[in-house]
Amino acid sequence: MVGYLVVLLLVLAAAAYWIGRTRAIASVNGDVARLHSLPGQHGMFLALFAAGPALLAILLWSLVTPGIESSIIADRFSSELSGMGIPQVEAFIRDARAMAFGGLVGFADPTKEAAAAVYKSVHTTSTWIIWAVALVLSASGFYWAYSRIAQAYRARHVVERVLRAFLIACSVVAILTTIGIVLSLIFESLRFFQQVPFYKFLFGTHWSPQSAFTGAGAEAGAVNQDIFGMVPLFAGTLLITLIAMLVAAPIGLMAAIYLSDYASKSVRAVAKPVLEILAGIPTVVYGFFAALTVAPYFRGIGESLGLNVASESALAAGVVMGIMIIPFVSSLSDDVINAVPQSLRDGSAGLGATKSETIRKVVLPAALPGIVSAMLLAVSRAIGETMIVVMAAGLAANLTANPLEAVTTVTVQIVTLLVGDQEFDSAKTLAAFALGLVLFCITLTLNIVALRVVQKYREQYD
Amino acid sequence: MTDAISSFGAVGRPVSIHTDGAAKARLKGRYRTETWFKWLGAGAVALAGLFLVLLLSTIVTQAIPALRQNYLTLPIDLSAAKVDPAKLDEVNYDAIAQEALAARFPDVTSRQDRRLLRGLISTGTGVFLRKDIAADPGMLGGTVDYAVPVDDFADLYLKGLLADVGSDEAISTSVTPSKTSGDIDLTFGDDAMLALARGRGATEGENGMLTLTSGASSLLVVFNGGTVKLTALWPGPSGTAVAKGTVIEALDSTAPAASGQAFLRVIDTPEASRKISDKEIVWLDTLKSAGQIESRFNSIFFFTGASREPELAGVWGAVVGSFLTMIVTLAIAFPIGVSAAIYLEEFAPKNRLTTIIEVNINNLAAVPSIVFGLLGLAVFLNFFGMPRSAPVVGGMVLALMTLPIIIIASRASLRAVPPSIREAALGIGASKAQTVFHHVLPLAMPGIMTGTILGMAHALGETAPLLMIGMVAFIVDIPGGFTDPATILPVQIFMWADFPEAGFQQKTSAAILILLLFLVIMNAIAVILRRRFERRW
Repeated sequence: MVGYLVVLLLVLAAAAYWIGRTRAIASVNGDVARLHSLPGQHGMFLALFAAGPALLAILLWSLVTPGIESSIIADRFSSELSGMGIPQVEAFIRDARAMAFGGLVGFADPTKEAAAAVYKSVHTTSTWIIWAVALVLSASGFYWAYSRIAQAYRARHVVERVLRAFLIACSVVAILTTIGIVLSLIFESLRFFQQVPFYKFLFGTHWSPQSAFTGAGAEAGAVNQDIFGMVPLFAGTLLITLIAMLVAAPIGLMAAIYLSDYASKSVRAVAKPVLEILAGIPTVVYGFFAALTVAPYFRGIGESLGLNVASESALAAGVVMGIMIIPFVSSLSDDVINAVPQSLRDGSAGLGATKSETIRKVVLPAALPGIVSAMLLAVSRAIGETMIVVMAAGLAANLTANPLEAVTTVTVQIVTLLVGDQEFDSAKTLAAFALGLVLFCITLTLNIVALRVVQKYREQYD
Repeated sequence: MTDAISSFGAVGRPVSIHTDGAAKARLKGRYRTETWFKWLGAGAVALAGLFLVLLLSTIVTQAIPALRQNYLTLPIDLSAAKVDPAKLDEVNYDAIAQEALAARFPDVTSRQDRRLLRGLISTGTGVFLRKDIAADPGMLGGTVDYAVPVDDFADLYLKGLLADVGSDEAISTSVTPSKTSGDIDLTFGDDAMLALARGRGATEGENGMLTLTSGASSLLVVFNGGTVKLTALWPGPSGTAVAKGTVIEALDSTAPAASGQAFLRVIDTPEASRKISDKEIVWLDTLKSAGQIESRFNSIFFFTGASREPELAGVWGAVVGSFLTMIVTLAIAFPIGVSAAIYLEEFAPKNRLTTIIEVNINNLAAVPSIVFGLLGLAVFLNFFGMPRSAPVVGGMVLALMTLPIIIIASRASLRAVPPSIREAALGIGASKAQTVFHHVLPLAMPGIMTGTILGMAHALGETAPLLMIGMVAFIVDIPGGFTDPATILPVQIFMWADFPEAGFQQKTSAAILILLLFLVIMNAIAVILRRRFERRW
């Protein structure tokens, strides 16, 4: 229904553009040069006022109405819903909405059907209201703007001001996203910390949120605060990141050095795309590779050496994650190494140093801040990487430094806690947001430190 | 060495610390380090290449079998007695197909074996049959040859992925059976069979008794039009060997097969360590040699939705879901991203707000993708009450994630347009907005498009944030709109990788191949755009 309204408004806008244009031309009897603004700008002006306010109203309506409708339902049926908890009320309203719009629900009862009927009538009313509001806004906007169109009217300024406001609004989306991330993480984390004190979360060494309550079944008591210790997750993340960096840092750095200082043009023409392809492969593919090829392979090697390698060993996940990060390290290091001026290399060669001596004693020290920053960014990426560890690392939180054992990571736990149907306000799901907050803080800090390292220690040669 | 140096000295060049033996050794060492360092670098590049080759070859070799599916052609009785044309919806089509299969093997009588036999054809057979009859009612009224997909294990076996089966070898002695069906005794003309069984993992018992358990290779003797599976062997009188066996396919007669008339088929993989029994193998081989099994292009995989049965599972639902999600992502991220880039690059004054926005965008680009999933869950699903698993929500989350990439690429592209263009436009009286939208933006468009396509390719392969907003649900139907529950290709890969059935491993690889194909196409378009339209000033 509202979809038709939007289409109608768009058609109106197109018509208004044409009308505005024609009127502007008519106002000067076809002598366009006498107009302050171009005819098209007058058309845009009219179109903006005919459709813009109405479209904004529809946007606002579609954001607000679901909440209002639900609260009306909850209010009308408050006596029936009084005995229910928040999740049941939510489920009830969801079912009522589904029934009202012709969907299927698990089981229906008379209360739900009555609620669905009310829902339907409320929704019809609100749809009529938005139709009326949109049409009134459109008509009055059109009337106002139409009466304004005249030879000296500065339609261009209005159109360009609206355009600029739109551009600013688009730039602000980035800030809104950040604010949204921070607020949603902090808000949900605070709810979690009301149930579990944050020091137990940050410094506890026991993590098994699957048994979130003391006691079982009907005897389930309060939230068990001692099972939300994130130290093992953090240790597991660090272990896997360390393995990944042990693979990625030397290979990526040496590849960057080779490509920037040694490789011939033809080698570069092959090697660069190879690294780009490696960078473009989705992480879920790496995860599949880790779980089905690398992990059994390492297990087989371990068995032949008499070692006990877990089938979800940190080693397999770490190595594959390292492979994934190689192109990241090498492209960042490549930029940094290329930024070292040629004069430094020439000077070193003039003193009789070989190429490798030049690289090791002149280029790398000069590029060091950039390389450190690249490594920090790579670490931040490894910490935030999800799919490889979800598919190849374990679920049990072991506090160990042995790379042959299975460990779990922060991201794996976020996924396990939130995938599937869960009540949304239990300590278990809220814990995922607390983990997300920790993850966000760590990666943000690493990125800021990486930026600061470059800014502070970079040598200006030119 | 000393001589050589002293002779140098004799010519007139004094021996210095730069030319003495130690210096030469030092120089040699330095050059060695040089070569070593160079090869280390080359090795690192080669290693990266090796990883890529390993990754791709693993996936391609696993994916190839999934591109074909084996079909079994059965004469199916669709006469009015079986299928009432007036009540097409009430017919049990599965039972009809199963009867046709049972009629093909009349001597399979025990309940257990019948069930095993039924398992050879896919559980989706009835659905296919019903659909085809609805599409072509002319099939009704008689017996038609109809091809049904075989079950996943049978399919894997036919592709040679489940068990190693040797070819039939003629037995160079006579074989005499005691009966034609049931548990029978076989008498071999010589005792060569005993040594063979020993070599195939038979268990030694008393009096030279050899038992072939399910941990040993299976030995099948094919003769007189039937197949016998050997279970135990012992030396018979005067150099012969006697074997106990179970008849899998009934023999024609109890006449002794002469030397060279009986054949031995060895299944190397022991029955206990494969997922298909000897009986099923024999049946499938019989059907295959009768020409009833045909390998076809796997259209089920490409054109249907997900399923729990590997042979019925397809990627089309996920491809459509991905497509819908990408449309939403593009529709949101492209206009907003380009507008933001235009504002920041062309209009924005240098003030605090602009700096904050810039720092923000760079930070957003480095936020782990799963955090965007948490944002989607908390804001879109819980706060705004949007539907779970819907492409519209997935598209919005991915759009927020892709936005920084598009903004950064667009800004770089706008910056590359030389100021002379702007000055010329302003000079002939264009307004700022006209300058940007009529002159700068069209010139920057190829670069912006390239950046957008690369950003979209990144979004297409993204999985983690979509797990958070419920796109991991098991959805059979092909999504028809932006708010229908859907899953997307990477998530489908993730789900299939977790399924325990062996058939899904090939399907997963094939789905990965399709995903990579889309990514290659997108990247190729980006490269072409860059080559054809990007101008260097």
